Formats: sequence, structure tokens, C-alpha cells
Amino acid sequence: MQYLLMLYSDESGWSNMKPSDQEQAMGAYHAYTEALNKAGALVGSNRLRPISSATTVRVANGKTQVLNGPYPDSKEQLGGYYLIDVPDLDAAISWAARCPGASHGIVEVRPVWPTRT
Amino acid sequence: MSSGISDAQARNTADAVARRSYGKLVAFLAARTRDVAAAEDALSEAFASALTTWPLTGCPTSPEAWLLTVARRKMIDVVRRRRSGEIAAAQLQVLGEEFDVTVADVAKDVEVPDQRLALMFACAHPAIDAGIRAPLILQVVLGLDASMIASAFLMSPTTMGQRLVRAKDKIRQAGIPFRIPEREELPGRLAAVLDAIYAAFAEGWADPGGTDVARRDLPEESLFLGRLVTEMLPEEPEALGLLALMLHAEARRRARRNAQGEYVPLAEQDPALWDWQMIDIAEELLRRGSALGSIGRYQLEGALQSAHVYRRRTGRANWTAVVQLYDALWALSGSPVVAINRALAIAERDGASAALNAMPDVAADVRLTEYQPYWAARAELLAKTGAYDEARHAYEIAIGLERDPAVRRFLQRRQSTLPGLQSDTS
Repeated sequence: MQYLLMLYSDESGWSNMKPSDQEQAMGAYHAYTEALNKAGALVGSNRLRPISSATTVRVANGKTQVLNGPYPDSKEQLGGYYLIDVPDLDAAISWAARCPGASHGIVEVRPVWPTRT
Repeated sequence: MSSGISDAQARNTADAVARRSYGKLVAFLAARTRDVAAAEDALSEAFASALTTWPLTGCPTSPEAWLLTVARRKMIDVVRRRRSGEIAAAQLQVLGEEFDVTVADVAKDVEVPDQRLALMFACAHPAIDAGIRAPLILQVVLGLDASMIASAFLMSPTTMGQRLVRAKDKIRQAGIPFRIPEREELPGRLAAVLDAIYAAFAEGWADPGGTDVARRDLPEESLFLGRLVTEMLPEEPEALGLLALMLHAEARRRARRNAQGEYVPLAEQDPALWDWQMIDIAEELLRRGSALGSIGRYQLEGALQSAHVYRRRTGRANWTAVVQLYDALWALSGSPVVAINRALAIAERDGASAALNAMPDVAADVRLTEYQPYWAARAELLAKTGAYDEARHAYEIAIGLERDPAVRRFLQRRQSTLPGLQSDTS
């Protein structure tokens, strides 16, 4: 089954980190990605730019509204994701627990709806 | 060859199989697809066909294999009707794999692999809402219907039904596995299974007279589940502790009510009414558990039951040992319920004033304001220190919070024996 691990955290936590700590954190993410890859569980992963770069689009009554900023504006923001393919929820949870993001924010685990063909 | 049998015979055989193997069949049918609801639907249709087919053809040699074959065919029909393309192909493959071999085995009288424990671990998974785990296990492992479970858990049948459906959807959609967790995560996960079994048992106790049909069988069913866990995980001390705890409580069931149906507290029970065979089994389980060298909540609670039985049997006060057990339990759980019982034991050892000081503070835990045993314990301790007015007030609240009429009458009797108030209005 495929699961999307969504990494939420307080962005200011990152910008307030010392460069040496940031470097260490990047190293941890790199190692985690490598471990997922090695285990054959990684389908895709990306880090997202800060929410200041976000734009929200909605079409209502035929009109397109474009808003500056994220939806919704909360204390913790989606900062990146891993799409993984593992046998079951337990395996997904154990990967989520190893994710560095779980220690400085939260990781939401969501099964992916299988596509119909 | 087999000839027809009566409808009643067909029903008896089907009932016997349901009783013995319901959870086993559900676990087997759902293990690969993780679709518990579909497995239950298919199985209930299979039971329905059995009732119309067996009177004509006679009972099959292996009713379990017959039911599995029919149920699987129903599941395949459903998949074909609902889905198309690759997903259907994948699901049909899942339903086909291993299945034929096993059904053949069952027909040859080889046991169906017992995946009930794995099913229980799925039901008590941390991703499942804690409050629905016990009802879910009662339904999918034992086949109890939602309205009966609802009444045992004081919930409306509609709400219970919806919550059970949602929990089954969660198992399927989130991909919760049917497996016994690995050694390192087993203790935490097993605790959830044991807690669910104990919750079912405790709900059964809410009707100690056994007069409420819906609740009467819950202790028995919980004991069945407790035994199942100890058989499949014989080296888990907490599983042994839970079974011992439940057996100790069950052994004293008859003594908890007198001939008039009135509540009898432990200190006044007649040990001759206890089930001593059950107590012996409980004691043996506790010994086996303690030899495994890892203490836990259920073993401590079982040991406390054992200490109470010892005191009543020998007439020798063992309050110091009892207080020590409560100390250990308190350190482990920090539960205010434990603190109340610990205070009552301290009262026996050091007197009521010391016990009142050891009682948990309502200010620290507001849930205590609605907890009957807290007020009953407080009333008893206050009465012993001679603070009769305060005791009367505490009894008043305890009576107002109790839902069992027999216990309510017991508390009222206690309250009326307090000196210092002329309440005789006749």
C-alpha cells in the first residue's frame, strides 16, 4: 500500500536554528531518505519552500480567486512529504517514527486511495 | 450418503459452529483483504444458506470448510459486482491465493489456522479509537450483535453501530495489519488488547446479579478471550495476570449478592460461596506469571485479589502486604482509583485519620466528583473518625451517583446507621 507521510512543523523553528544545527538536520533527512530508498520503500519525496511562497487558488461561481499565502494559516505548516510503498499501516508508522520531522513537528500518515483503471 | 436432517438439527449445528469458530472464520476470511465487514457479511450469508441447504443435504463432514467455501464465493461475487479492472483482479487474486489449500485442509479435519489473536491486535491497534476497541473485539471475534454490545456499554444501538462500522472502515482503508506484533513492540500493543478484554469484563460486572440478559454473558466471553490470549502467548506474564484477576473476581460472583438480592461487601461475604476451583486456577496463573519476572498492572491487581482471599480464608490480617501492593500499583498507574483503594487499606493498618490524609484530592482530579467509590470511601472513613455529619453528606452524594439499585440500598443502610440524627419520621 502507498502512504503519504506529511511533515508538519513550525517553520520559525527552522529559521531560528544555528547554521551548524541546520546542517545536522539536513544530514538526518538525507540519511532517512537514503534508508527509505535502500529498503525499496521510497516512491517520491520533496521538501517544500516556506509558506511565504504559497499561493491559494479557488474557483467559485466561475471566478478564479487567487490569494497570497497558505490555506489554512496555522501554527504548523506542511513542509514536505514522503510517498512510500509498504505492506501495511504498522510499517508506515515505523517509517514515520524514524522521520526526523517526527521529532521537531508531527508526521501525518495517510493511505493513498488506489487509482482505478 | 448423507440424507436430510431437520431444520432444528441444522440450526443446532450452525449455532455450535458459530459459537466455536465465528472469530476464526472472520479472521481467516478478512486476513488478506482486511475487509472485516465484507467477511462478516459473507459469513452471515453463508450461515443463512446453511440453514436452508443442510436440512436437504445433511450436515457436511466439515461445517467450517463448507461455510468458508460459501462465504468466499459470496465475497468474490461482491468484488466482481463492485469493482472492475486491475483492483478487482488484485482482490480476486488475494481471495484465491492460499484459500483453496486451506479449505481442502479444513475438509480433511486439519484445523483452520487460528488468526483470532492477530484479529484482536488489529481491533486494538493504536490507530483505532480506544473506546471502541472492546466493542469491536466482542463483535468481530465473538460475533455479538451491535445492539447487545450497545446495551452493555450504555450506548445507543445506532451510535454503537456507526462507530463499529467506522472502525472496520479504518482497518481496511488505513491498512491495519492482522498480525501479532514483534517482540519489541509487543508489550505496549498487548496492553491495549488486555485493556479491551478487561473493559468488556468490567462492563459485565455492572450487572453482578446477572439479571440483565445483554450483560450476563460478558464476563464469560471475556474469560474466553483471556484464555485464548494466554494459550497463544503463554509466556506473557500480564496476560496471565489479567486472566487470574478476572477468575478471582468471577469466583466471588455468587457471594456478592445475598438471597434477597442485596449487595454484600467482600468483608462480609461467605467464603463457602466462592468458587474455589476457579480461585486455585487463578493462583496457579499468578505463580506462572511471577516466575516470568516482569511485573505489571494486571499481575498486581490479581495479587491483590489473592491477598484478599487469603485474609478471608485464614482470618489473618495482611494489610501491610496489601498496602505494599497498592503502593506498587500506584507507582505504576498513578490512578486515583488505586489511591482510593490504597487509602482504604491504610485505614485498616493505621486508622481512619491516616487514611483520610492518603485519599486523593478532588481538587487535583475533578473526575472524582462524579466517582461513586470515592464518596463511599470518604463517607466510611469520615464515619470512623466520628465526623458523622460530613459522612452523611458524602454518603448522600455516593447514593446519588450509583446506578445499581442493590448498591444504592446498601449505601442507604450504611448512611442510616450513622448516629446523631433523628431521621425516624414514621
